[in-house]
Amino acid sequence: MQQNAPSSEPIVSLHNVQKSFGALRVLDGVSFAVARGEVLALIGRSGSGKSTALRCIDRFEKVDGGQIVVCGHRVDRPDVNLRALRQDVGIVFQSYNLFPHLTIEQNITLAPCAVKGMATSQAKDLARKVLAQVGLDEKLHAYPEQLSGGQQQRAAIARSLAMQPKVMLFDEVTSALDPELTGEVLKVIEQLAADGMTMVMVTHEMGFAKGIADRIVFMHRGKVHETGPASILTSPTTPELTQFVGTGNLKS
Amino acid sequence: MSLQLDFPAVLERWPSFLAGAVLTLELAFFATVLGALLGTLAAVGRGTHNSLIAGACKVYVETIRNTPLLVQIFLVYFGLASLGLKYSAFTVAVAALTINVGAYTAEIMRAGFEAIPRGQIEAAEGLALSRFQIYWHIILLPAVEKVYPALTSQFVLLMLASSVCSQISAEELTAVANYIQSDTYRAFETYIIVAVLYVILSLVMRAGFWGLGLLLFPRRRRLGTPL
Ligand SMILES: Nc1ncnc2c1ncn2[C@@H]1O[C@H](COP(=O)(O)OP(=O)(O)O)[C@@H](O)[C@H]1O
Ligand SMILES: [Mg+2]
Repeated sequence: MQQNAPSSEPIVSLHNVQKSFGALRVLDGVSFAVARGEVLALIGRSGSGKSTALRCIDRFEKVDGGQIVVCGHRVDRPDVNLRALRQDVGIVFQSYNLFPHLTIEQNITLAPCAVKGMATSQAKDLARKVLAQVGLDEKLHAYPEQLSGGQQQRAAIARSLAMQPKVMLFDEVTSALDPELTGEVLKVIEQLAADGMTMVMVTHEMGFAKGIADRIVFMHRGKVHETGPASILTSPTTPELTQFVGTGNLKS
Repeated sequence: MSLQLDFPAVLERWPSFLAGAVLTLELAFFATVLGALLGTLAAVGRGTHNSLIAGACKVYVETIRNTPLLVQIFLVYFGLASLGLKYSAFTVAVAALTINVGAYTAEIMRAGFEAIPRGQIEAAEGLALSRFQIYWHIILLPAVEKVYPALTSQFVLLMLASSVCSQISAEELTAVANYIQSDTYRAFETYIIVAVLYVILSLVMRAGFWGLGLLLFPRRRRLGTPL
């Protein structure tokens, strides 16, 4: 494990990753890398393999071939230390997945206490800190169902942050939200980016991707079809990306 | 034809009734606690990838659910005796009732486990919680919450079914009733009193489960939807 990898060493790297579900080839030689502090946006049509690629990074899916290295962990190997990997990686899903029977504070303190053996009082301080970071300080003792969708998603982000991950993965975290609640979540992610968090995010918010992504990976039929800086969204070179950003996806 | 009831003749045996009722409650208490434990383990076992453990749990559950309780009690009673093991009727009764209710608990808990959304478990895995921690912190309580009414009904049924333990002369309520009615020749009155006592025991148990629910599910208490 390389705790202090040189800054040139990517935090996340995928090399020629293959993944099939039965006969369906979902990832067909996907390669990309994310440097420390970089924000990478995964975009593409529904079914192009974005979620699968993201889930492979945290080993929610096992790859069939290729190489994935995340914070020094060889994720493609069967002997990868899953719990060590997942302490380095935070993941936030479209459907929040807060634990309904626990208060927001308990949702946040659970993993630091159970996994890292943090003292309860210290974990509670941490909960306060990360909740302030997502603007939810006053919801400490609420239960998830007492929160709006946008607040639940921000709490889920705070829960991930409390594990102090080296990289955060976001899978369409605003897709389940009304437009007026989307903004409050995007603002939190924007702030994280400004604070230097390394992030990989699957998103349909093209305006947002254009604003904060250092790099865009456009996926099409299980392949990285086009990649480059955010400017490729305004001047795409492939007809597929041209069509994708042209179909009303690019709005700010 | 006239119905002549003589309750005082029977009611003067109230200390025996009381002792029987207390013993029934004790049987139900121990079998509920141990059965809940056994059943939960069997439900977890049925969900494991180890097909030997899963298979054993399935055989256990299906065997118990497809044989009469009285036969199970005799099997435990005579089984232990033929092994040369001597236990009190109470212990044998608790063991048999535990084995019985454990199987039903396993089925109910399995339904509870299956009702936990996959996303909950993935979120917990993403936070680096271990398999055991996920069961303990994330799955167990919400699963129990989802099936709590079915579970508590099962334990009340168990208390009522414990009346067949009179057959191995555990001195519970029904056994006491059998003595009293053969002493007093007042069978109808005796069983009316026993029926009333069983109703009271059921209510006591339901009140107990209601209180336990308040402790186990603080969220429901807070949101004003206690089970
Ligand atoms: N667990 C799975 N089993 C079978 N097929 C799956 C599974 N997960 C995803 N797929 C399929 O893989 C393809 C890519 O899915 P996904 O990675 O979710 O795409 P995206 O996130 O880009 O919409 C889709 O056709 C989807 O139906
Ligand atoms: Mg997706």
